[in-house]
Order: sequence, then C-alpha cells, then structure tokens
Amino acid sequence: MGKRFPREELLAPGHRGCAGCGASILVRMALKAAGRDVIVVNSTGCLEVFTTPYPETAWRVPWIHTAFECGGAVASGIERAIKALKKRGKFKDRKITVMPIIGDGGTADIGFQALSGALERGHDIVYIMYDNEAYMNTGVQRSSATPLFASATTAPAGKRSKGEDRPKKDMAMIAAAHGIPYVATACISYPEDLMKKVKKACEIEGPAFIHVLQPCTVGWGYNPEDTIKIGRLAVETGFFPLYEIEHGEFRITYRPAKRKPLKEYIRMQKRYRHLTDEDIEILQKYVDERCKLLGLE
Amino acid sequence: MERVDVITGTTAAAIGVKLSNVEVIAAYPITPQSECVEMLAKFIADGEFDAEYIKVESEHSAMAACIGASATGVRTFTATAAQGLALMHEMLYIASGMRLPIVMLNTNRALSAPINIWCDHQDSVTERDTGWIQIYAQNNQETLDSIIQAYKIAEDEDVLLPVMVCIDGFILTHTVEPVYIPDERKVRDYLGIYEPKHAYLDPDRPITQGPVGVPECYMETRKQINDAIERAKEVIKRVNEEYYQLFNRRYGNGLVEGYNLENADTVLVAMGSVCETIRYVIDRLKKKGKNIGLLRIRTFRPFPKEEIKEMLEGAENIGVLDRNISFGLNMGALGTEIMATLRDKKICNYIVGLGGRDITPRNIEEIVKHLEESKDVETKWIGLKE
Repeated sequence: MGKRFPREELLAPGHRGCAGCGASILVRMALKAAGRDVIVVNSTGCLEVFTTPYPETAWRVPWIHTAFECGGAVASGIERAIKALKKRGKFKDRKITVMPIIGDGGTADIGFQALSGALERGHDIVYIMYDNEAYMNTGVQRSSATPLFASATTAPAGKRSKGEDRPKKDMAMIAAAHGIPYVATACISYPEDLMKKVKKACEIEGPAFIHVLQPCTVGWGYNPEDTIKIGRLAVETGFFPLYEIEHGEFRITYRPAKRKPLKEYIRMQKRYRHLTDEDIEILQKYVDERCKLLGLE
Repeated sequence: MERVDVITGTTAAAIGVKLSNVEVIAAYPITPQSECVEMLAKFIADGEFDAEYIKVESEHSAMAACIGASATGVRTFTATAAQGLALMHEMLYIASGMRLPIVMLNTNRALSAPINIWCDHQDSVTERDTGWIQIYAQNNQETLDSIIQAYKIAEDEDVLLPVMVCIDGFILTHTVEPVYIPDERKVRDYLGIYEPKHAYLDPDRPITQGPVGVPECYMETRKQINDAIERAKEVIKRVNEEYYQLFNRRYGNGLVEGYNLENADTVLVAMGSVCETIRYVIDRLKKKGKNIGLLRIRTFRPFPKEEIKEMLEGAENIGVLDRNISFGLNMGALGTEIMATLRDKKICNYIVGLGGRDITPRNIEEIVKHLEESKDVETKWIGLKE
C-alpha cells in the first residue's frame, strides 16, 4: 500500500477530532487516493467543526462548507464552475475532482434531496458519505442511518424501548437506483479497498457515491484504540458488506473466509449494551438475510 | 448596436443576464419568474449563450449551487419568487456571509397561506436583513439595466455582496414594454470577466471557505458586512453615473429617484412599479393645480437615509406606501424605515396592493386626499373590500 499511495498528508495533524476518530482517518485515506487536484465540500457536522475553527484549518486542499442540507448542490455548482473555467483555459488537461465528504445526517436525512438532484443530473463528483450512524456532532441523536436496536439520544433504550426501531437506510442501493456509473461501500478498517475505490471513483466520468462506515468512539461507546477493530468486525460479521457497482455490475470486493457471529461486533459497543441474546439473534437473522441477498453467504 | 424590443420584465432580465456574460446559472421554476429561466435555457439551446445551466431540484439548491459556483470564481445567476425566496432564506445569509457577488432576480409575489401567485413585496422585504443589496425596478427597461448594474456593484472590491433585483410579479413580469437592449460588446467591455481576487476554490492555491466562526471573530464579520453595504451606496451612485455615460440611462442617483419634489408639501414614498402609477396621478393633479411629490426608493438595502432626509426636508405630509405588512405592528417595512429616518415629520403609512390587489390611480388619489385632509397618522389599509 505504501508504494501505491503517497505519504503526503493532505489533512494536517493537530485538528480537534477525538482520539480514535474514524472520520479523520477516512479523510486522510480519501485524500491520499485523490491527490491534490481536489476540491472538498463539507456539510455542517463533526468533520467541518473539528477541522476549521477560525483562524485554524486542517485542510491542505481547497475546502468549502456552507450549510447542512446542500452538499450535493454546492458540489454541483463547483463542478459546473470548473467546466466554465476550463472554457476560459484554466485547469488545462487536468481533472479536478469535486469531493463532497458528508455525514449520514447530511446525506441520508436533511441532504437527501440535494444528493439525489446531484446524482440524477450526472455531475462529475465523488460523493463520500462518512457514516457514523447518528448525529454525532450534536450529541448522538438518531439518523435514518442508525441501525436497528442501537441506542441513540433521540431513540434511547429504556423499559419500553430497545433503542432505534427501524433498520438502517440503505444509501448505497438508493444511490445505485439513480443509475450512476459508480457506487461502492467501504470501511476505514480496509484502507487499500477504500483507497482503490476512491481512486476509481475519481477516474470515472460522472457521479460516484461511496458509502463509508466509520466507527465513532463517542457515539458507539468503545475505547479509542478499538476503532479499526470495530470496523473490521462490522465487515467480518457481514453487518456491513464491502462491494462496488461499476456501470451496473455488482461485485463483492471483500469476502470474509467465514462470517463471524454478529454478537462479537455488538458486544463491543455500549450503544447495544441493553440487548439480550434473543435481541441479538433478531439482528443476526436480519444480517444473514441481507448477506444472502448480496451473495455473501 | 442598441436596439428596441417589446418584451416582458422576465425576458428583459434574461437578456440582461446574457449580456452580462454569466457563466453558471441555477434554474428552478416558480411563477411569476419561470419565463426568465426558460428564456435563458432557450438562449443556450439556440447556441446564442454559452453558460453552464444547472437544473436544480429546489430553490434552496439553486442558491447553494450559485454559492458553490461563485466560490469557485465564476459569475452566477438565479431567479426566484415568494416561496422560493423563503426556501432560500438560510442560504441568503451564507451568500452574503461568504461575500459572494451572486445576482438574483426576485419577481415579487405574495407569500402563502393562502397560496397566491400575484404581486406584493412581502417576500423580499422579509429578507431585508440578510446582507443582500436590494434594487426595486419600476419598469422592464430598469429591470434589464439593473441586472447589468448589479454585477458591477456586487463584484466591486468595496462591496463583494450579493444583489437581488426585485420586480413586481405580473405587473412587470407578464407585461410587455419597449426596452432598449444595449450593445452586447459594450456591456461585456463594461463588466469584463469576473476574476475574484481573494477567496476562491483552486487546487493551486488551497484555502478554507466557510469555517467555524467562533465568538472571537463572528461579530467582526457582521460589522464588515455592514460596512460593505454602507460603502455600496457610493458604488451604486457611481455605477448609475457610469451607466448613464455609456448607455444614456440613469435612475435618480441610483439609490433614490425624486419626481416633482420641488415645492411639494405632500410627498408619497414608494418602491416598484406603483411609482409609475403615482407619477401618472401626480401629472393629473398638477393640471388641477395640485403639487404632489414622489420619492421612489430604488435600493431598500442599503437604505438611503441621507438622501431621504435631504429630499424630504421641505415635505410636510409624507405618505408611505407599503406592499407588505408587519403583523403585530400594523405597519409596512418602508413605513417603519421612513419613520426611523425622519423622526419629526408627519408620516402616515398606507398598506396597499397585497397579493395582487390592484393599486389604481383612484387609490393614490384617496391616499393624497387623506394625507392632506386628516391629522390622523394611524396606518391605513387602502383598497380593502367593505
């Protein structure tokens, strides 16, 4: 991996991310894969807040943040502006990648419409959804990407509640339904797979959508040193399968030798600590069904 | 070469955009604006105009796309009205906060509920504090000219703020008038190509735009916007004169326009197309030996306080017409601003023409009569059904 991807860090150290923050790991990898000819768009959220408290910035690439629900639209404007500038002779023979890096709330909830518009219009963008499965910036409120039975502050576990009562919204498949040339899932615990996907997304003309699972030490409730381990378990258990859909062609990109029991993943996280073995069995069945559907037995 | 066309206000605006060499347009339809973005699409489809045209899925995204494009360093345009403008509200602050010279046409229309597609000014006066410059045109010629001027003003180094050109829905958007179309090359030479000097997204010069404004810096950003929109007064006046030198048309001093103010004790203050109706009434009353003045406010923001004080110094009866209402105060936006500017005058506020209710010459005469005969200065609603 070291040979294929540069050592240069385009997200500077010293930002205010938590120890063990999965989002900052994702950004480092994505920018290594994309290189310097990139313009990053953030929506309001953790990443924006911890990287840019004025007058500080951690970004060594051009970066913009406007509001919460409009990352797709801001990226659309930038992409077309680059086209216009190219007509004037700027950025000659260069492919500038417009890369929204936006959380699950900014993508699956409040920014859903702007995302759908951007994908449907065919803008040449690489949209990365960094999914920590809740509104971590504002205190772990549930989003539509929060998985079934996870406890969140607006879907708390209690005497009459097992936490979130709806399964996770499947953003990668929703993106794929737009008929865009490239869709993938990835996880920060599989850096080479992730970076290969980002690189491919940058090269492909037209919209690309990469759904990246990114464990969050605060929101999920685990020790900071376990971020990578938890991500691995999400993939090894089949909770979060890694695949890509390139020009309509579906392909599993990582196939665990033998899927681990979901319990190993669940028991490491405080957000699931209210669950009984029977509850976990329900989740296991759900994961089994999804894996079967994707051909990941 | 300059030529004359008989066109609607929305077409005049679209031609203004085309002449201004705009590079990225975000388009979302809404009555009574739609013809403007339709015309722009047609210019592009016919190969007359080479702009990027983003068919966004909402007005919120229209403004977001303009922000993205403008922050990348190109000239941008969008158009909207009423509900669309309200949906953009959040992004309006971001456009001015990021100091982006975006130009937008707002075709003034009433706000729901009940849903109403016709003219009043509630939509744009509601956005008066967003840091946008607001120009209210009174006819289709001024609409075209104001779009061109708007880019010159917005992109000025002393300003760097977005500009909203407001025109009355249906009254201007759907009415044809003869409009002088300036020579294309002359406009392009005047405006040049937009080249941002400070903040723009460029991989060769990475900068961070839109960071977290902590308490140690946020208040200063507000002061800077306020200072810039104050400076815009001089820029608007200068652009008004430059435009006159080049294209032989000017609108008062750019901020306000007076009509028959000399020796007029009674003066009406208004914005938009109703000013032409008022002038018609003034001319008619003049023949009957009555001297009535008009002060047209062209820029609601920046608000031309100095000019208003100066030009209304001799006025004794001041009637302010508002096509909007602040619920709970029983006054319109212009009425409150004029009262705040002229604290020792007799001023009466008239609420008129909401949701497309016609403002007829008879209504204007009624206002003049009330102003001259009554000492009562409580806000009056004109044209209400009994």
